[in-house]
Amino acid sequence: MTQPNRIPGGLIDRAQTFSFTFDGKPYRGHPGDTLASALLANGVRLMGRSFKYHRPRGPISAGSDEPNALVELRTGARQEPNTRATVVELFDGLSAQSQNRWPSLAFDALAINDRLSPFFAAGFYYKTFMWPAAFWEKIYEPIIRRAAGLGSLSRLPDPDIYDKGFLHCDVLIIGAGPAGLAAALTAGRSGARVILADEDFRMGGRLNAETHGVGGMAGADWAAQAVAELAGMPNVRVMARTTILGAFDHGIYGAVERVSDHLPVPAAGQPRQILWRIYARRAILAAGATERMIAFEDNDRPGIMLASAVRAYANRWGATAGRRVAVFTNNDDGLRTAEDLRASGVEIAAIIDSRKGEEVVGSRGRLGLRSVTVRGGSGKTRTVECEALAVSGGWNPNLHLTSHHRGRPVWDDTIAAFIPGPGGPGGLVAAGAAAGQLSTHAALRSGAAAAAAALADLGQTAAAFDLPEAEDAPVSITPKWHVAGKGRAWVDPQNDVTVKDVKLAHQEGFRSVEHLKRYTTLGMATDQGKAGNLLGLAVMAEMTGQTIAQTGTTIYRPPYTPVAMGALAGRSREKDFKPTRLTPSHKWAAEQGAEFVEVGMWLRAQWFPKPGETHWRQSVEREVLATRASVGICDVTTLGKIDIQGKDAGAFLDRVYANTFSTLPVGKVRYGLMLREDGMVMDDGTTARLAEDEWVMTTTTANAVPVFRHLEFCRQCLWPDMDVQMISTTEAWAQFSVAGPNARRLLEKVVDQDISDATFPYMACANITVCGGLRARLFRISFSGELAYEIAVPTRYGDAMICELMKAGEEFGAVPYGTESLGVMRVEKGHVAGNELNGQSTALNMGLGKMVSKKKDAIGMVLSQREGMVAEGGLRLVGVRPVDPAQPLTAGSHFIATGKPAVSAHDDGWLTSVVYSPHLGHSIALGYLKNGSARVGERMRAVNLLKKTDVEIEIVSPHFFDPEGERLRA
Amino acid sequence: MPDHSLKSVTPLGHDMPESVTVGPITIAEVTDIAMASVAARQGRIADVADAAQKIGVTLPEAGRHAAGTPCSAFWTGPEMWMVEAPFATHEDIVAALKPVFGDAASLTEQTDAWVRLRVSGADLPRLFERLCNVDLARSSAGDAIRTMIEHLGAFLLIRRPDEIDVISARSSAASLHHALAAAAKSAF
Repeated sequence: MTQPNRIPGGLIDRAQTFSFTFDGKPYRGHPGDTLASALLANGVRLMGRSFKYHRPRGPISAGSDEPNALVELRTGARQEPNTRATVVELFDGLSAQSQNRWPSLAFDALAINDRLSPFFAAGFYYKTFMWPAAFWEKIYEPIIRRAAGLGSLSRLPDPDIYDKGFLHCDVLIIGAGPAGLAAALTAGRSGARVILADEDFRMGGRLNAETHGVGGMAGADWAAQAVAELAGMPNVRVMARTTILGAFDHGIYGAVERVSDHLPVPAAGQPRQILWRIYARRAILAAGATERMIAFEDNDRPGIMLASAVRAYANRWGATAGRRVAVFTNNDDGLRTAEDLRASGVEIAAIIDSRKGEEVVGSRGRLGLRSVTVRGGSGKTRTVECEALAVSGGWNPNLHLTSHHRGRPVWDDTIAAFIPGPGGPGGLVAAGAAAGQLSTHAALRSGAAAAAAALADLGQTAAAFDLPEAEDAPVSITPKWHVAGKGRAWVDPQNDVTVKDVKLAHQEGFRSVEHLKRYTTLGMATDQGKAGNLLGLAVMAEMTGQTIAQTGTTIYRPPYTPVAMGALAGRSREKDFKPTRLTPSHKWAAEQGAEFVEVGMWLRAQWFPKPGETHWRQSVEREVLATRASVGICDVTTLGKIDIQGKDAGAFLDRVYANTFSTLPVGKVRYGLMLREDGMVMDDGTTARLAEDEWVMTTTTANAVPVFRHLEFCRQCLWPDMDVQMISTTEAWAQFSVAGPNARRLLEKVVDQDISDATFPYMACANITVCGGLRARLFRISFSGELAYEIAVPTRYGDAMICELMKAGEEFGAVPYGTESLGVMRVEKGHVAGNELNGQSTALNMGLGKMVSKKKDAIGMVLSQREGMVAEGGLRLVGVRPVDPAQPLTAGSHFIATGKPAVSAHDDGWLTSVVYSPHLGHSIALGYLKNGSARVGERMRAVNLLKKTDVEIEIVSPHFFDPEGERLRA
Repeated sequence: MPDHSLKSVTPLGHDMPESVTVGPITIAEVTDIAMASVAARQGRIADVADAAQKIGVTLPEAGRHAAGTPCSAFWTGPEMWMVEAPFATHEDIVAALKPVFGDAASLTEQTDAWVRLRVSGADLPRLFERLCNVDLARSSAGDAIRTMIEHLGAFLLIRRPDEIDVISARSSAASLHHALAAAAKSAF
């Protein structure tokens, strides 16, 4: 297999040959090639189909600005759509497929769109598919989406891993061309901490693509030598294949390092890419410049390319798009391409210099350029046979990152382009071509100067940088944006935007640049307008009779180039999406076959199925009945525990709780209700007084952190004069609830002290020891309504403790129970939990109004007394039972009076929690009902329109079980 | 040692602390250090500093760790430190410290609230730059840095350039260990 368009020279390793395929066809290339350079060397110019009209397209660029040569790379789960062939580093075995065509790239049936182009002008979808309205979502949109598209997804899970990381430096240098290298050498030699990042796999920027010498040697050699020197400096981090994707606040830059994209598959354990967050004290944008096209009729055929790209393919990759090449330019730079190609043995068919009155007015060649039509100054046209046309319309500085903080570029007439303006990200300056310094000498000089200035800014002294000798040609350009003509002249090839589309936008009044962009889609998609934005602006300026500067510019947003979603996710996917917190009895519970449920980051046992139980309710009913009949054990470690100490701890609790705590005797526990400043209930829980100045507060599992944060705010900001210290002890203690009539008999076997009802009554607490001397804490509190205790031991003994408790409970038939049984028992008892503590309910709503003490001030007191919140007839917590015990209730049902329609006007509240009570043998529920406390005994309906249920219910007390609380005091 | 029949498990759920080596990095559970938070009562900071001397440690400045015998300490907040002591002699650490600090400080047992993973190996910055926003190149031995690792709050105690203790919540020990081991595999 030969490579017909491979020419001598270049920075590829011809000693090695790689095999690769494009659309299944095998080709050869070399290390150092990109997919695009290798395909061109193999004589392949046609690499894709355009977005809207499915026009045949080839690469126009040799870098990340490529809008046309988008391919699907790799196969199977690693298939990646919309990959720019111009930046894909060739590896052996690479497989690429063309996209957005059917059935093949050479014959694409959807190219019919091109014939129908009059129907698809800019904004067509605002006009064409208006009727019938119902067709849009179901018919038109799916068809348009299928026809106008990019690559496809594999729909398989991404097999690769992605890392994230953090880097710090004095100076971040973005781009390793002449300006970036000069900046890095200056800063690096001065001892500053430097990060030099470049998106390319070979550093050097245009030095690798030009034939100019630097410092008496080839530019590429000078670059390689500089990179080697920098790589040897311990204070410099050289990062190739790394794109700085955005400038964020306070000197933070996002970067994607492509660690393994140049390999068939990443090495074991290695990430595919790393998303770095770089903290830079100063940054230098040395991102170079992008050449632009001149619009003329049919200027999008494969083979029509930017002159700089044609030159880069020849000089860096030893590849040419054709053996006969014409050049169309409006500036001196285009002439370089002709010189370099001629030197490489490529025939120059013509040089068409618009400054001399010549222009290209058309082209021919269905799947690749065959000829161009040239109109001379006299108006006479001639045909020039050529396989490629190198077009130079001037250079646009790559100023994107400077506009990430809404910095507006400013127009520079001398180079006919926008350059970075004031007001960009603080600490970021542009240098070299990115700042409009277009000669090699100017780039080197401005890079070194930018580094010296950055160091001076940081109070560091820059080492002198001897500028190497380099070309310093002045820019000579006469702007030429588009060639007048009747046909379609392409402005933005990425989105198939033509000069006509821009004119149409103008004609229809979409003249502001922001409107132009949205009406025509100019500047959108993967290339972010790198190819066509300025051209579109120039055409609009011409239409409005304004200068380009007056017309304005859109500004660029991050990311600079497309970023894989996987890189943004990093390791936070699937089971690693968030950390997992395990309870002290987790291992034991797993051994018992427990089903677990996520509660925030915690995994809690939900129920413990026994052999033969086929439905979760069988397990839960067994656990509940066994606990109520004898004894059950539940891990309650997840509830927040906050250790509060200090002389003023009691007074502090009085201020954060609605009820009074300072009067609580040592050795006692009290249930507390905490309000938010707005008077709504924030959280509830018990707080125990272990010593005169030592308290332990418990919170709900969900609010452990918010409550702690709230208390810290109160302590540090509201009342800094109070003597209060606090720390979370949630994780320090493994805590188990032991509940049921036999709870005390069980614990007596474990606890070293007397815990009879007389010495340790309901709501008692104490520091005790267990199992012969282990320090522990015991609280006689009950959520289930049973005689119950919570026992806590240091967490490392939690696993041993659950085993010990179960062993001690064997003779009583003790069962472990999970969160479902916990829920059933608390509803039976009428205790509120998350469903009732929903952030929009008051103590009064919950039937706990009396707990809000009027004798003292506390957070939320004042606002809880607002008129609307204390109004008679407001929502009150009630119990609900179905009139027919066989009828199930459904959560979320609404209370509707009998005989009234189920509409919001008759909505009297809703069911908050619904369980099946094995004790009562039917469904029961808690709910918030308007004027609920006065409606006990009333019959009404629980209606759920979503689940289509309508059940006759009776309003009852929320205390279904042991309303007098005799059991828990037993 | 209290005389009881209960066996302890490590934060990672093992009978004995375990150590794994991933490439050049060794990650070892450390369970023989007892910890208590010591927070000065209002106006008692001088008494607290004096008391600390009696247990062999000079309370360190913000962001620092001070080694001593038998106790060491690192700063955790304004007028608040975590005091470390050998577990074998100080399992009931609050009982041991209470006579020293009296009513000058609030003491809270913290031993089992945390997992401590001792990470050792050459070039630790290369590992930790994948884990947390800490500029290890600018840190030195004795630094105690509060940071986040994979969504988890953590302290890094820089013992030596090649040895760092990562202290984080005990319940998520396995997630932390996974994050460290995965990063070690990836970074080297």
